[in-house]
Amino acid sequence: MKKILSIALSAVMAGTAALACTGCDSQPKEEINVFNWGEYVSNGEDGTLDTIAEFEERYNVKVNYTNYESNEEMYNLLKESNSSYDVIIPSDYMISKLIEEDMLEKINFDNVPNYKNIMDKYKTTDFDPNGEYSVPYSWGVVALCYNKTMVEEKPTGFDVLWDKDYSGNILMFNNSRDAMAIAMKLKGITPTTVTKDDIDVATKYLSEQKPLLKKYVMDQVFTEMEGDQAALAPYYAGDIAVMMTNNENLDYVLPEEGSNLFIDSMCIPKTTQNKELAEKFINYMLDAEVAKANAEYLGYSTPNQAAYELLDDEVKNNELIYPSDEYLSKCYTFSDLPQDVYDYMQNEFLKVQL
Amino acid sequence: MRSRRKIGSKIYVALVMVFLYIPIAVLILYSFNDGKTSVWKGFTLKWYYELFNNSAIMNSLYNTLIIAVLAAVISTLLGTFAAIGIYNMKKPVRSLVTTVSNIPIINPEIVTGVSFMLLFTFLGTLFNFEMGFATVLIAHISFCTPYVILNVMPKLRQMDYSIYEAALDLGCNQRQAFFKTIMPEIMPGVISGLLMSFTYSLDDFVITYFTRGPKFQTLPIEIYTMLKRRISPTINALSTLLFVITIAILIIVNIRERKTEKERMTD
Repeated sequence: MKKILSIALSAVMAGTAALACTGCDSQPKEEINVFNWGEYVSNGEDGTLDTIAEFEERYNVKVNYTNYESNEEMYNLLKESNSSYDVIIPSDYMISKLIEEDMLEKINFDNVPNYKNIMDKYKTTDFDPNGEYSVPYSWGVVALCYNKTMVEEKPTGFDVLWDKDYSGNILMFNNSRDAMAIAMKLKGITPTTVTKDDIDVATKYLSEQKPLLKKYVMDQVFTEMEGDQAALAPYYAGDIAVMMTNNENLDYVLPEEGSNLFIDSMCIPKTTQNKELAEKFINYMLDAEVAKANAEYLGYSTPNQAAYELLDDEVKNNELIYPSDEYLSKCYTFSDLPQDVYDYMQNEFLKVQL
Repeated sequence: MRSRRKIGSKIYVALVMVFLYIPIAVLILYSFNDGKTSVWKGFTLKWYYELFNNSAIMNSLYNTLIIAVLAAVISTLLGTFAAIGIYNMKKPVRSLVTTVSNIPIINPEIVTGVSFMLLFTFLGTLFNFEMGFATVLIAHISFCTPYVILNVMPKLRQMDYSIYEAALDLGCNQRQAFFKTIMPEIMPGVISGLLMSFTYSLDDFVITYFTRGPKFQTLPIEIYTMLKRRISPTINALSTLLFVITIAILIIVNIRERKTEKERMTD
């Protein structure tokens, strides 16, 4: 027994050493650290483009691709550890926070010629007024998903989430910002930046909704709606489109009062060790074919005009993914909130849920 | 009376098994689903194929396994010799050292994880290195070693020390006596410590999450970040394979043990 064990252990250690050495022997390539959401680039399944592998091959570099699950996590790791991320892809309000705290590099657009592919209306945004720190990657709106067999007449806006007729079959966002934004907009407040009084108004309205809800969800919404287990849910447009392909009973509504327009953009944090390679990566992501592959995998809307033109007509004309400019003018984006206001919002939302 | 109790206990055991294994059964079933959702769309093997093509998941799996194997082996070596050292200490020092070595076990993982991150960041800016494979490995060894110590100590206490002294009397030097008498006695504890370390390291999320740095990702983290959008069925396929391999190993070990038991009984 002892002999077998020692032989086995030495085999394992030799094997690991060998594997480690094969890593050492290969020529040292340039490396780039990309930090992105999970499942956010086309990964080569079903014969589609493997975005990261293609970049590695084209430019002969190594991509260290790691993921995060929320903007806050990414922010904490960026701030608290000395990790040198080269490219990050945060959401709108987080970008405004990073710009305020001087954590982003200005992008040298001479190295990003494909920037011309971006639609003009997304080149400057509320959170990055001169478009110097970020390059848009994806965008979308928050829409209402409803089950045609369970809802009598087609809803017009988010107020249907407070309709007593559907009590017990309504789902709601399980995060404070999105939930309060819906409540605030219905009460006439634009949730781009909010005050504590706005939060109180929203809290009161959300408390009225609580008894009618089936539950608060985030990604569980897929199972609930696709399985005909709930009637109404607000969610991100691209994900609603996925749910609709999996369940014919589902349909969508763009709420008439306007909704949240979210944008995720690529940025270069100040911790980068190789700014030019980071800009090369961003340029690569803006390439029409690459952006198209990513947009198709993601299901969200692309701000890349060249990629948009390569998409199927069915997708281009889908109002859920590409709403009209007229509708978009009714939409609002999120900006950064002061820490005490944000904490207050989260605490009040927790109190509503309990 | 006896037969009723027997059936009752059998039903109870069956219920416990069902409770434990139904989630795994569902997981395995959906790894064959032709579709990414909870709606059954047909039988397919494509997720197994996609799994081996998915470089990100394969890379994370490789990282996870390497860390688990290295952490288990190194912490077993460290832990075994630490246990022997602790066993030979005088009582007051021994209880102090034992308490200290139990701290990583009792400590909430998030505290351990964040403190490691702060430590490595501080040292990193001082000595100009980044978090990555080495920091994750060090962190894993740190929380695995106490489990090895915990497993080996009881075996040491159970051991009859006079066998070691007898070996010395019969002409062995210290090293020979150690390997011939002490090692076989504590070997069950060492093995279970090794397996426990491997499992804990393979499974770890919180501590790895904080010590990984920008270049290194393991499987639990990869799966966690898929949560926001959709967990791809390639993960189901991977889990099924891991489950099958584990069951296979357990069955083989079981058969071998039965064989040696039978041999012992016929002797």
